[in-house]
Amino acid sequence: MSELDAFRTEVREWLEANCPAEMREPIRDEGDVCWGGRNFKFKNEAQKAWLEACVAKGYTVPDWPKPYGGAGLTPEQTKILKQEMKRIKARSPLDSFGIWMLGPALLQFGTEEQKVQYLNPIARGEIRWCQGYSEPGSGSDLVSLQTFGEDKGDHWVVNGSKIWTSYADKADWIFCLVRTDKTNKYQGITFMLFDMESKGVTTKPILLISGNSPFCETFFDDVEVPKTQYVGEINRGWDVAKYLLGHEREMISGGGAGGDMVSIGGAFAKAFGKNAAGELDDPILRAEMAAFDVDVFAYRAMGERFMDMWKTGRAHPASSNMMKYVGTELNKRRHELVMSGGGSEALEWDSEESKGGARARGWLRTKANSIEGGTSEVMLNVIAKRILDLPGA
Amino acid sequence: MPLYHNDDQAMLKDSVAPFVAEQAPVSHLRKLRDSADATGFSRDLWAQFTEMGLPGMLVPEAHGGLGMGHMEAGIVLEEIGRNLTPSPFLSTGVGAVAALAKAGGTQAGRWLPAIASGEAIVALAIDEGAKHRPDRIATTATRAGNGFRLDGKKSFVLHGHVADVSIVAAKSDGGITLFAVPKDAKGLTADPRRLVDSSLASHVTLDGVEVDADAVIGEVDAGGEILDALLAATRTGAAAEMVGVGQGAMDMTVNYLKERKQFGKLIGEFQSLQHRAAHLYGEMEVARATVMKAQQLLDEGSEGAKLMVSVAKAKAGRAANLAVREGVQMHGGIGMTDEYDIGLYMKRDRALAEYMGDVHYHIDQVARMNGY
Repeated sequence: MSELDAFRTEVREWLEANCPAEMREPIRDEGDVCWGGRNFKFKNEAQKAWLEACVAKGYTVPDWPKPYGGAGLTPEQTKILKQEMKRIKARSPLDSFGIWMLGPALLQFGTEEQKVQYLNPIARGEIRWCQGYSEPGSGSDLVSLQTFGEDKGDHWVVNGSKIWTSYADKADWIFCLVRTDKTNKYQGITFMLFDMESKGVTTKPILLISGNSPFCETFFDDVEVPKTQYVGEINRGWDVAKYLLGHEREMISGGGAGGDMVSIGGAFAKAFGKNAAGELDDPILRAEMAAFDVDVFAYRAMGERFMDMWKTGRAHPASSNMMKYVGTELNKRRHELVMSGGGSEALEWDSEESKGGARARGWLRTKANSIEGGTSEVMLNVIAKRILDLPGA
Repeated sequence: MPLYHNDDQAMLKDSVAPFVAEQAPVSHLRKLRDSADATGFSRDLWAQFTEMGLPGMLVPEAHGGLGMGHMEAGIVLEEIGRNLTPSPFLSTGVGAVAALAKAGGTQAGRWLPAIASGEAIVALAIDEGAKHRPDRIATTATRAGNGFRLDGKKSFVLHGHVADVSIVAAKSDGGITLFAVPKDAKGLTADPRRLVDSSLASHVTLDGVEVDADAVIGEVDAGGEILDALLAATRTGAAAEMVGVGQGAMDMTVNYLKERKQFGKLIGEFQSLQHRAAHLYGEMEVARATVMKAQQLLDEGSEGAKLMVSVAKAKAGRAANLAVREGVQMHGGIGMTDEYDIGLYMKRDRALAEYMGDVHYHIDQVARMNGY
């Protein structure tokens, strides 16, 4: 047996022994997602036990080095772990912006001290992070951001506001882009880290078209940030931000930007019934769903190839933009079909049968997929410029 | 297995890509076309393919081949696609080999070594109408003497008029049976038609063709599985070739965007064109990954291969079609001229798209395989 086969057997046995049955059920609502953090309330014992088992093994961040809370797995081993988790339909033990975004940035740009200090609490689900990037006047044109940190010797005094800060009202700390030099657009931003309980930080949830409020406005009013709490170099935060955006797009891609990667037509055949030939009883919708399924299975292969190449340094550094673009557009299409398939039932907004309007709200939520983390149009700009090398892009 | 080419496969690509580009670029196709070539491909080029071992890539080593997989064959097919090279590689080296290797027995022993040595060209006589409907084969095989009598009409048989042997799918008493019909069989006629892409495909008539019992590929009535193997290999190969066609068209178009000036600007500076080119890039990358996944699953003998083959044929069909349509449009007027190559890409894509099931056929198959 090869080493990888042996590893697979070991993982399989470990999962069997440690992943509770409840954690192999599909995610039904937001409460089923474990975000961790100071104020996180576990939904049940199984969720807690599953997190703790993974933390002990380093499996919340399997490919991070052991000293930072990971398991130090190779890309091949990580892939096997993911395959085996998927095989038993195991839920993710811990989801967080710390894992997806800040962690990779710290691994790349952080000092040894910062890595030890910040990564371990992320891996253990103790500190929940949020991301302070967009501002009311700086969306796609992020680098025009105005939130300013005034240099006061051993600390900055930060003033300004951020918008679309995901779960800012639930987060413990923020990683935040702050202008520290008004004379230099790109090299005048510092990537700061600070506690959301700092004096002067307030958050205000934004009610979205889905009726939910996953995003906040975040205000900074004379917030003091020690001048040790930044990543990379002062005024060079844009480098970190760009790296992190790439990673964010990678995560959105690898994490299934196409949504649930299974056949949509298969699921609806039951609801619709079939005709005498055994076909979904609406030929036009059937055709649209089948065409969509082709794209889903194709994107799944793309996701596999992308991750294989990305983890081994073979991918074009800008290819995550393509993944993000294709995947998010696909997910929007999926939810349009879910609504069509659901008919008038899918329109229900708050009934018990509709699980609180899950389909309608989910459909509306996906409209943000191609806006957040860089719009589809920005993704296309980046592909044109960095991959296709088109002029003046 | 990771979904990218390993070192051996990368080396194969490094030797095949320049070889095809130098020996059989688009000008090679033009030369054959403009000289009204009656064969449909260059036998000299096929001899060079043979020197490199390409016809026998998929032939098991026991039969004199290289025993490689669909991933490797796909590398060759992509370059054939990129250069629009007329070649019997897909029907002979991929489709026929897959069927014969799956069946084993007399016909495998007879033809696999001949394919590997470059001596035999094989045609695939599957389709019977304008559309690919392999589940509705009407050609009949009736027992006669110590063998069978074949009657029916086949269409879209690439290389049918020059093939040394044709693999014919026919309806027998208890199922489908595949036959190896040699070119000199009495009652077999091939009527070659030139297609839009300058290739030659025949209408084949089987009028009381008598074959011996040992002409059966595999077992009588058990040709379904062998036909499935043939179709899976050929569809995947056609998809790989389409990735080459699409990539070739896209590269040509992106280069044109960097050269052509209008309104005092390179047209590649216009965002409307940038976004369309970037979208196309994504579609082509997805198609490539999908085709590789289908090749990998076929090589592993995985049960999931059948679904992925249809996904690959459909996805590559969509992506390459987009590439050639955008290619002609973005080239503007010059794209409509015979002198410029982009139109040739559009023509080849159309023929490949139809071959062994078009996008719609395979989308429908995906629905069926998912239970709706």
